[in-house]
Amino acid sequence: MKKLINAPEAVLDDALAGIAAAHPTLRVDREHKVITRAEGTRPGKVALVSGGGSGHEPLHGGFVGPGMLDAACPGEVFTSPVPGQMLAAAQAVDGGAGLLFIVKNYTGDVLNFEMAAELATEQGSTVETVLIDDDVAVEDSTFTAGRRGTGATVLVEKIAGALAEQGADLAAVAELGRRVNAASRSFAVALTACTTPAAGKPGFELPEDEIEVGVGIHGEPGRRREPLRPAKEIVSAMLEPILGELSLATGDQTIVMVNGLGGTPLLELYVAFNEVAAAFADRGIVIARNLVGNYVTSLDMAGVSITVCKADADMLSLWDAPVNTPALRWGA
Amino acid sequence: MDLADIALARTWVQAIAAAMAEHKDQLTQLDSAIGDADHGINMERGFTAVKAALANLEPATVGAVFVKAGTTLISSVGGASGPLYGSAFRAMGKALDVPSADTGQFAAALAAGLQSLQKLGAATPGDKTMVDAYAPALDAFQKAADSGGDLTTAARAAADAAEEGMRATTPMQARKGRASYLGARSVGHQDPGATSTALIFRALAETLAELP
Repeated sequence: MKKLINAPEAVLDDALAGIAAAHPTLRVDREHKVITRAEGTRPGKVALVSGGGSGHEPLHGGFVGPGMLDAACPGEVFTSPVPGQMLAAAQAVDGGAGLLFIVKNYTGDVLNFEMAAELATEQGSTVETVLIDDDVAVEDSTFTAGRRGTGATVLVEKIAGALAEQGADLAAVAELGRRVNAASRSFAVALTACTTPAAGKPGFELPEDEIEVGVGIHGEPGRRREPLRPAKEIVSAMLEPILGELSLATGDQTIVMVNGLGGTPLLELYVAFNEVAAAFADRGIVIARNLVGNYVTSLDMAGVSITVCKADADMLSLWDAPVNTPALRWGA
Repeated sequence: MDLADIALARTWVQAIAAAMAEHKDQLTQLDSAIGDADHGINMERGFTAVKAALANLEPATVGAVFVKAGTTLISSVGGASGPLYGSAFRAMGKALDVPSADTGQFAAALAAGLQSLQKLGAATPGDKTMVDAYAPALDAFQKAADSGGDLTTAARAAADAAEEGMRATTPMQARKGRASYLGARSVGHQDPGATSTALIFRALAETLAELP
């Protein structure tokens, strides 16, 4: 393992200290491991709280700020945060209009956020939860834990965050969050495994000429292994299940995110985006907005995920609303 | 031994902590095959916190030790194993609101623990989870208790059954937790959660075996 760290057990705290030093617009509570906006939450505004394991930066701390999240709770590397952490976040940002928990569908995240929601409710907060489950690599059946939550998290946080900023109530913000999730699908492939600092070696061995198809964001192996092929063919295979589920017609508007998993250069992400753009042009589907870059990473994994959201006019207008966070900023 | 007292509860929990530290790498290795390679470090972190929490605790009942252990796991582990083990220990503790417990009472507490675990995780035997080690262990413990066996005998039977259940997870296809995302590729790997559960029951058997 070759990593720029002090010690595996110090990674999270050292990174939190770095985030605090780098971003004066954020307040970092290192004791409770909670990142909030330095200026606090406006009274009467619905507060968005998200979180999950560390190692997915900029998710979630990088999306805290006006127009997006009010608080983020980073857990240990690839491990969901604990209920006490989420409760501390909830208490720090509850402005009296209720809390929206944005939770990725992974067993640990779901269980801990459920417990936190109970605790926060006992303390008098109103809590709604949006569960993100956009990953079409996972069969959504009673025989699995259900589809994973991955890239759509960024879209839900941005669009619901914008509505909350406009002063909408909790029910409306939650409903929109669920609508964005339902309209979004993602798929990821890995070119290499990633290495968690605690494990010290890659999660799986992947030969030079093979890729893992249908990976999540925790270094876990994918659904199957396939030969490495030109980007055009890989992207086309990734789009197939996404488009198969979204039923997009000619003229439909979309938000597309081509996301790096941490170890893939932007050059290759643009190669991938070009293939998505060509495939969509062939079908007459409009990419109304896009993101190309590292937004939901898996430590040092080389690979790419594609997220497509079938966006209505409301979603697009909220997407364009000002946002001012370390990792996403426009109009502000 | 016929009665489980506060000292036994403490010694067991300390033995679990030692077992998790010793098997940290094995648990992580098993988890990297079908999960995200953090089970070993998470269990070690949790039980290290439990040891520290118990050091300052003066429990009045056997159950108080387990409630404290469970609460500490929930607040220090994260992931799925924190809430699952945490709620199991808390349920077990709540069922043992006594200064000492006989084998039958202990069996009932273990049953409450499993019930809580299954309620939260919604897993049943065959899903390739902790339940696949816990359910047969409870069954064996209960059978030994019903036929008049003492705690030591029951715990040994439970540990053996847990390990058998743990090994039986290898050919299973996961239907719960992160391994379920792998579909058929989860077959052929021993479940890390069932493995840590087997370590917990073996720690109980060894603790009792070492008592005078």
